[in-house]
Amino acid sequence: MSLTPASPAPAPAAIEVTGLCCGYEGRTVLKDVSFTVRRGEVLFVIGGSGCGKSTLLRHLVGLNAPMAGEVKFFGQSFTAADLATRRGLLKTFGVLYQGGALWSSLTLRQNVALPLEEHTALSGREIAELTSLKLAQVGLTGFEDYYPSEISGGMKKRAGLARALALDPAIVFLDEPSAGLDPITSRKLDDLVLQLRDTFGTTLVVVSHELASIFGIADRVIMLDRDAQGLIAEGPPAHLAAHSRDPRVTEFLLRRDRPPSPAAR
Amino acid sequence: MPSTAPTAARADTEMEGTVLRVRLAGDWSISGARPNWTGVLAGRAPQRVVLAADGLGDWDSSLLLFLFEVQLWCRLAGAYCDAKALPEKILTLLKQMSVSHETSVPFDRSENFFTGVGEATLDAVQKARAFSHFIGECVLGVNRMWKRPQKFRWADAIEEMQNCGAMALPIVSLISFLVGVTLAYIGAIVLRQYGGDIYVADLVGLSMVREMGALMTGVVLAGRTGAAYAATLGNMKANEEIDALETLGIPAIDFLVLPRLLALFVMMPLLTLYANALGIVGGMTVASGVLSIPPAAYWVELLTIVDLSDLFVGVTKGATFGLIIGLSGCLRGMEAERSAGGVGRAATSAVVTAILLIIVSNALYAVIFDILGL
Repeated sequence: MSLTPASPAPAPAAIEVTGLCCGYEGRTVLKDVSFTVRRGEVLFVIGGSGCGKSTLLRHLVGLNAPMAGEVKFFGQSFTAADLATRRGLLKTFGVLYQGGALWSSLTLRQNVALPLEEHTALSGREIAELTSLKLAQVGLTGFEDYYPSEISGGMKKRAGLARALALDPAIVFLDEPSAGLDPITSRKLDDLVLQLRDTFGTTLVVVSHELASIFGIADRVIMLDRDAQGLIAEGPPAHLAAHSRDPRVTEFLLRRDRPPSPAAR
Repeated sequence: MPSTAPTAARADTEMEGTVLRVRLAGDWSISGARPNWTGVLAGRAPQRVVLAADGLGDWDSSLLLFLFEVQLWCRLAGAYCDAKALPEKILTLLKQMSVSHETSVPFDRSENFFTGVGEATLDAVQKARAFSHFIGECVLGVNRMWKRPQKFRWADAIEEMQNCGAMALPIVSLISFLVGVTLAYIGAIVLRQYGGDIYVADLVGLSMVREMGALMTGVVLAGRTGAAYAATLGNMKANEEIDALETLGIPAIDFLVLPRLLALFVMMPLLTLYANALGIVGGMTVASGVLSIPPAAYWVELLTIVDLSDLFVGVTKGATFGLIIGLSGCLRGMEAERSAGGVGRAATSAVVTAILLIIVSNALYAVIFDILGL
């Protein structure tokens, strides 16, 4: 992990995706997706349900092997990496899964501590300090020794985020972080994302379709479309909303109905 | 991850009278090595520690841990910790760490002996109540099924019959055949000494038909079907599928439990008959191969001892064991905690409960059939 105070622009690339084709069992979901995420950038992956946002995320973090194309983290290929390099790169990013994906047999403290126990040489006391800090940062002080089954869905998600941040990763992937959360908790999560970026220069890739979060904290968005099976727009959200001529983009970002086509009339 | 090679984390010190100046430098990574405050202090006892971070490269939580250690030491040693020169971001995180250190109190889950015994007793009472409640619900469900058979999920029941009956044939075949073989060998050891080899047929026939056929099939199905029922219903509960049924006014008992119970109630006696046949064939194989008893002689001898009442005993036990397996599997599944561990525990508990109740009811049947003269 590497965290630095705010670095001068233009920042080097943290993630480079080139010609990525994603799919399952021979069924293509996304074709030829290419984009770059700069270090310290908050990038949102947006699009309607079923357009392949979570599929893209699964392929970026290596849970599924891409059908074609390459993913690079900090200039190093992740897709073509050997086992040792891959293991090293895995430590540079954390992932928050949709439901939190906490290990149900461990308490929240143990959930956050496990990556630290596995990947660092810190003492038990130091790990306890860090886990308390990480859980406090996501507002879960007092719940450290609860089991996942004893807390609410929103708390599970926040605990999942604390676990994703355990190793101070340089990149954090968040899959639908606001889904199912109340507006206040969702706003707090957004603030935490900004705090991470501002303090540590963390790069954040967020899969979401929460407009408030998109306009609130995204530096840039990439939009996927199910019919196009790929990327249809890229840029700062406010700019896209004001200037995009693609009705699919404005329909999504401005919650506007698409004008009926002449044939439909 | 920096593009340039990281430099080692350092804490350079300089002692000026009672003031220790600590200059933090290099890249601090949580997965790498970092200075230790006791080592940095090297036995010195400053009254003031001045921290500076002008040579600092990349940093993460490992730097916070070091600074927190410095702060704690200063507090204990009565020294003043001057951290004003540190960047604001580090100070904010340090403050958060101090707060979390103070407020994070371990949650004590331990309990004394009497509390443990009391809770275990209440738990046992609650479980007994839940079990009788479940049986009562099932009886009411059967009543509803009787009154409105067209509402019953016959298709589900037939599918379950296939799963717990036809699909279990290979394992039941293997086990029953081998049990027959084993019984024949054990019988032969004793009977041969008295020249009564032919009575192996009686031993194998009676044992299989009255006891082993139903018992072994019950044990196999408890592991195979009982555990599967508990896991399926446990997962459905975790996914709130059972809640969805209840809120739609569809009794989960009618929808999920009764088809499974019926499937086992019908298939277990059939599987028992099948297991009896395979066990007898197993015994016959040993008799003809090892004891030189022709299959025809074995069969004739068998018919002199095994009659329809023995078959009735075996089949009755089979049907009872089927109900026990279905009830245990479904009850444990419906009671499962809503977590991955809970589903696992439900499956284990279903198998243990079913086998325990099978053995107990088998003993009860032995007494009852003896009184009835069967």
